[in-house]
Amino acid sequence: MPTLFLFGASEGGLFDFDATLPLMAVQVVLLTFILNALFFKPVGQVVEEREDYVNTSRAEAKKKIAEVEKLETELKDQLKEARLEAQKVILEAENDSENLYKEALALATSEANASREKARLEIDSQRDEALNQLKSEADNLGDLIIERLLAKK
Amino acid sequence: MGFLPFVFPLAELEVGQHLYWQIGNFRIHGQVFMTSWLLIGALLALVVIGTKKMERDPKGVQNLLEFLWDYIRDLARTQIGEKVYRDWMPFIGTLFLFIFVSNWGGALVPWKLIELPSGELGAPTADINTTVALALLVSLSYFYAGLSNKGLRYFEYYVHPTPIMLPFKIVEDFTKPLSLSFRLFGNILADELVVAVLVFLVPLVLPVPVMFLGLFTSAIQALIFATLAAYYIGEAVEEHH
Repeated sequence: MPTLFLFGASEGGLFDFDATLPLMAVQVVLLTFILNALFFKPVGQVVEEREDYVNTSRAEAKKKIAEVEKLETELKDQLKEARLEAQKVILEAENDSENLYKEALALATSEANASREKARLEIDSQRDEALNQLKSEADNLGDLIIERLLAKK
Repeated sequence: MGFLPFVFPLAELEVGQHLYWQIGNFRIHGQVFMTSWLLIGALLALVVIGTKKMERDPKGVQNLLEFLWDYIRDLARTQIGEKVYRDWMPFIGTLFLFIFVSNWGGALVPWKLIELPSGELGAPTADINTTVALALLVSLSYFYAGLSNKGLRYFEYYVHPTPIMLPFKIVEDFTKPLSLSFRLFGNILADELVVAVLVFLVPLVLPVPVMFLGLFTSAIQALIFATLAAYYIGEAVEEHH
């Protein structure tokens, strides 16, 4: 009777329930506890620690990036300011040197003018003197000539 | 099997024969326990090797274990919910791993080479006792999960959303373990039988794709069992509003 044999007769069969069932249940419950202790807890700990580590690292990295960006903008601002200041200084220096040059030039020109004027005045006065002297000498000579001419006679 | 046109000596497949061990007044199926101990031993060995020296940068077996852990966590979390999935993850994971190891062990290990005085070695999940035990454990755990999380308010579930649902929900408590156990048992046994019959009829080439199909079914059945168990627990702890 193979059909009977297959579907649960007194001995054997596919649907032969016996103490295997509760024993298997106990075995699976035991396995649950063993796997919990050996597998789920330790692996979970490692995985969660790593997740924490990754999360904190990422947060830290984000904070650092933000800081770096802030510093970068600050530095850029500083650089800009410094550049503007430098330009200002250069401009000032250029103006200064130009002014100095102009001043020096004016001074030199006026000095030159003054000394030329002075020289001219001196020359004039000396010429006048010389002319006066010549005149007086010529007068003396004229007088002398006239005297001598008168005395010969 | 007289109704078949030609008679196979199906007895060679030894369907429904068991190796009985007598313990006191009780009898157990020895072949089921022998294979399950071997497979559980292999599973535990893998776990012990993989967790022996765990590092933050996983290497070797630790990778596999972490993958499994992650897989089981996702399964439990999506079915049970963020709040209590941690309590049930070991149970769901054990169900998945045990059934998976049993199914694949039954399909991959050439047990037929070992001669037993009666019955034959095979997947422990091809025995109805194993699958019913697992299904009853699932029933117990979803009752326990519901009662421990919500107290007597758990029974609101039976009249939710309307009291008309009451008889259906009561019937469900019986059909859940029934369908869980029979689905697993039927699939694994049928796979073993199909492979055995095909090997018997056409010993070359033809059984190979069926064997691969069997491996696929085995994995799917383990996943289905674990997912449904998690879903039932999740249903029991879910808060209705």
